[in-house]
Amino acid sequence: MSDIPDSSTVPTKTVDGVHYHQHDVVIVGAGGAGMRAAIQAGPGASTAVISKLYPTRSHTGAAQGGMAAALANVEEDNWEWHTFDTVKGGDYLVDQDAAEILAKEAITAVLELENMGLPFNRTPEGKIDQRRFGGHTAEHGKNPVRRACYAADRTGHMILQTLYQNCVKLGINFFNEFYVLDLIMGEVDGQKRPAGVVAYELATGELHVFQGKAVIFATGGFGKIYKTTSNAHTLTGDGVGIIWRKGLPLEDMEFFQFHPTGLAGLGILLSEAARGEGAILRNSEGERFMERYAPTIKDLAPRDIVARCMRTEIREGRGAGPNKDYLYLDITHLSPEVIDAKLPDITEFARTYLGVEPYTEPVPVLPTAHYAMGGIPTNVKAEVLQDNDTVVPGLYAAGECACVSVHGSNRLGTNSLLDINVFGKRAGDNAVAYVQTADFVPLPDDAAEFVQGLIHQVSTATGTERISTLRRELQESMDTNAQVFRTAETLNQVTEVIGDLRERYKNISVQDKGKRFNTDLLEAIELGFLLDLAEVVIYSALSREESRGGHFREDFPKRDDEKWLVHTMAYLTGDAHSADAGDHIKLSTKPVVITNYQPMERKY
Amino acid sequence: MSTVLEERPAAADAIQKFTATLMIRRFDPDVDTEPRWQEFSVEMLPTDRVLDALHQIKWEQDGSLTFRRSCAHGVCGSDAMRINGRNRLACKTLMKDLDIEKPVYVEAIKGLPLEKDLVVNMEPFFASFREVQPFLQASSKPDKERLQSVEQRARFDDTTKCILCAACTSSCPVFWTDGQYFGPAAIVNAHRFIFDSRDEASEVRLDILNDKEGVWRCRTTFNCTEACPRGIQVTQAIAEVKAAVLRGRP
Ligand SMILES: Cc1cc2nc3c(=O)[nH]c(=O)nc-3n(C[C@H](O)[C@H](O)[C@H](O)COP(=O)(O)OP(=O)(O)OC[C@H]3O[C@@H](n4cnc5c(N)ncnc54)[C@H](O)[C@@H]3O)c2cc1C
Ligand code: SF4
Ligand code: FES
Repeated sequence: MSDIPDSSTVPTKTVDGVHYHQHDVVIVGAGGAGMRAAIQAGPGASTAVISKLYPTRSHTGAAQGGMAAALANVEEDNWEWHTFDTVKGGDYLVDQDAAEILAKEAITAVLELENMGLPFNRTPEGKIDQRRFGGHTAEHGKNPVRRACYAADRTGHMILQTLYQNCVKLGINFFNEFYVLDLIMGEVDGQKRPAGVVAYELATGELHVFQGKAVIFATGGFGKIYKTTSNAHTLTGDGVGIIWRKGLPLEDMEFFQFHPTGLAGLGILLSEAARGEGAILRNSEGERFMERYAPTIKDLAPRDIVARCMRTEIREGRGAGPNKDYLYLDITHLSPEVIDAKLPDITEFARTYLGVEPYTEPVPVLPTAHYAMGGIPTNVKAEVLQDNDTVVPGLYAAGECACVSVHGSNRLGTNSLLDINVFGKRAGDNAVAYVQTADFVPLPDDAAEFVQGLIHQVSTATGTERISTLRRELQESMDTNAQVFRTAETLNQVTEVIGDLRERYKNISVQDKGKRFNTDLLEAIELGFLLDLAEVVIYSALSREESRGGHFREDFPKRDDEKWLVHTMAYLTGDAHSADAGDHIKLSTKPVVITNYQPMERKY
Repeated sequence: MSTVLEERPAAADAIQKFTATLMIRRFDPDVDTEPRWQEFSVEMLPTDRVLDALHQIKWEQDGSLTFRRSCAHGVCGSDAMRINGRNRLACKTLMKDLDIEKPVYVEAIKGLPLEKDLVVNMEPFFASFREVQPFLQASSKPDKERLQSVEQRARFDDTTKCILCAACTSSCPVFWTDGQYFGPAAIVNAHRFIFDSRDEASEVRLDILNDKEGVWRCRTTFNCTEACPRGIQVTQAIAEVKAAVLRGRP
């Protein structure tokens, strides 16, 4: 453990109450992507991991079903099929060079996790067991294939624990419950580069400046722009918001995934692993309706398709329950032994939160906001892009906050746990290589000034608006108007709501005036990020006049490859607080990388 | 969140709102010298959890009420607290399952330094965890996965479920009086590796836990097993580690 460079968590200096730290590699976020990067970076460079949560509280731990890799442990499979499925699943908006890397490196990624100690479920021969998941098929769509490696229905929990355990082994430096609120950019030879980040320490209310040669963002998703979501309360998109505020682009923000099976009304996820093990979706008539929509792979069609079919069933009056507004996930035909061995946690959720016994009763479910396909654009080295082709040297992003893009317009289940491992590792490796020759970019004297101002402004606000009310109004409007189905009209309604909320945000109040553990203050700041990101999502969604993957425009129900087989790139160009998004958001497009697979109609 | 209530179709018609009283043990380090109890009244639905009640207070009554939470469905381990004298996760405890004729008492977990309201300093807890070498130690470098039979994998399944919430450790009377004791959670995590057929460092961990602050401090009170929100048989895991210490091997 002693060969780790500089493991000090003590600041190098404190000036005017602001603490300064210096590390070669500064990683923001301690979920799967951040810790996978840290395991690469730690042994080769002085590394700090800054996280607003204790690492093991990160939402990677909530992932249930599995991690894809064509190990072919239980049946024939190969990475080329996996690549194809990923491209088709993403409705051809996937960058195919990146998808190929994802599928190829999946195999090593899983084996490395096993070697680090991850307790995967095993086959009778003692190999890593695999199961079915939506959209993963053999021979380009012929039939479902067993590709998901798993540990019961807590695969994400085991990944997060295993990565944290290995960080402990390596003596990685963590700064837990530190909220990063700003990225400091500098210039070297006329080129933009990161100089470090500014973090707010929850326990003390003090500010810390972390100077780093390389900065890696791994801050996860932003599902909290919606009300009904599988995402944690803390997934407010801070990292993506910080990048946005720096004038760097965000890619494909209109593509948000709605997972078909959230517990009705609550949004808590029941993994697709349930359907992988044989669960069936049924409508009020008990009909297995997916048979009608996707005759080949039925309930295991990709999520965007299943979620739309569910909404259609409800619209056409075949929803279940007193208000005909949900559907059923039925596992009553599985034996209790199989359920207990393979799906123990999610059945427990149904019991605890809805009082339903899945052994004997079908579980009420509805689509729930789940995953951001879009985010910070990067190349396959995890380097952040400042336009279609130019990287910001030294700045990296990986995991759900990034957009490589391996998920295109719709991510396949089990491809995210894979993404965080493959591209988290790449970010760590490339950052270490970069810091060998790069210098620190000098910090400005007032490095913490922006955050000081932000905190002062929010904490001294004495308005009349409650943060929780504004947040709820945003989330409700997003659920109603920008969910599985959208039109220009519904999207425009959210735009209006956001404009109004921005005005009212100027008139907020924070009741907690203390310095220590002031979560009231942080919720206000997080709401600022949510507003920014929701606005980009809506603005990008309005511009894309076609339907593709997770983005379904009822006023433009067809995919339009001629015009829209391109990524959306959104830039902040003016004052984010002006009510008219057109004043401050500029959109452009970026070509999709197509190597082997020409777009085809997507049928399952 | 309490705000999703009107969209809970499963319960929509049958449900009745009810009023509950919460007594929360508050502590503001900037002002208070001693913790104090404060009463709040909340409107609940039968599907609401204690976490929903706390959010309702924070979001609608008193923004300064401070607690940790993230996932809101019992998998991240953020919100262990003492609810009516028992350690539980606020997000996994339904209000209707408590006796709401009486006030519901909510306070921070015991035995770790109190920071503010329901928040304690978790560092000593994680320090004990790190001390048991909670990571796989194996010298072989296979090209593929290390083989492990279904039975070998099942041997330590229970203790892999731990979410490091500290509900067990902070319910242990030995830990309350002796903060040096490793505590159940660290032993659970040692167990997870001691009984993993791939691991080669069991002896080292057994040695660590044979320390005077190790397994022998456990007085088999079973508080930990009752507290564990993941249903881990904590006391049994400790007993298995004790037996392994005596044998000198797993
Ligand atoms: C319920 C659920 C089930 C899922 N199941 C699967 C599955 O079976 N298979 C699959 O492939 N995918 C699954 N996914 C998706 C997958 O789990 C996530 O996309 C992935 O884990 C994200 O990892 P991450 O490392 O990018 O982010 P996270 O794990 O969310 O980590 C984000 C980190 O950033 C930190 N952070 C955020 N903001 C700040 C800030 N301002 N300052 C400092 N730190 C900050 C947080 O503290 C945290 O450590 C599931 C998702 C959910 C919600
Ligand atoms: S053993 Fe149970 S109670 Fe103890 S820390 Fe782990 S999950 Fe929490
Ligand atoms: S909030 Fe995650 S366990 Fe309760």
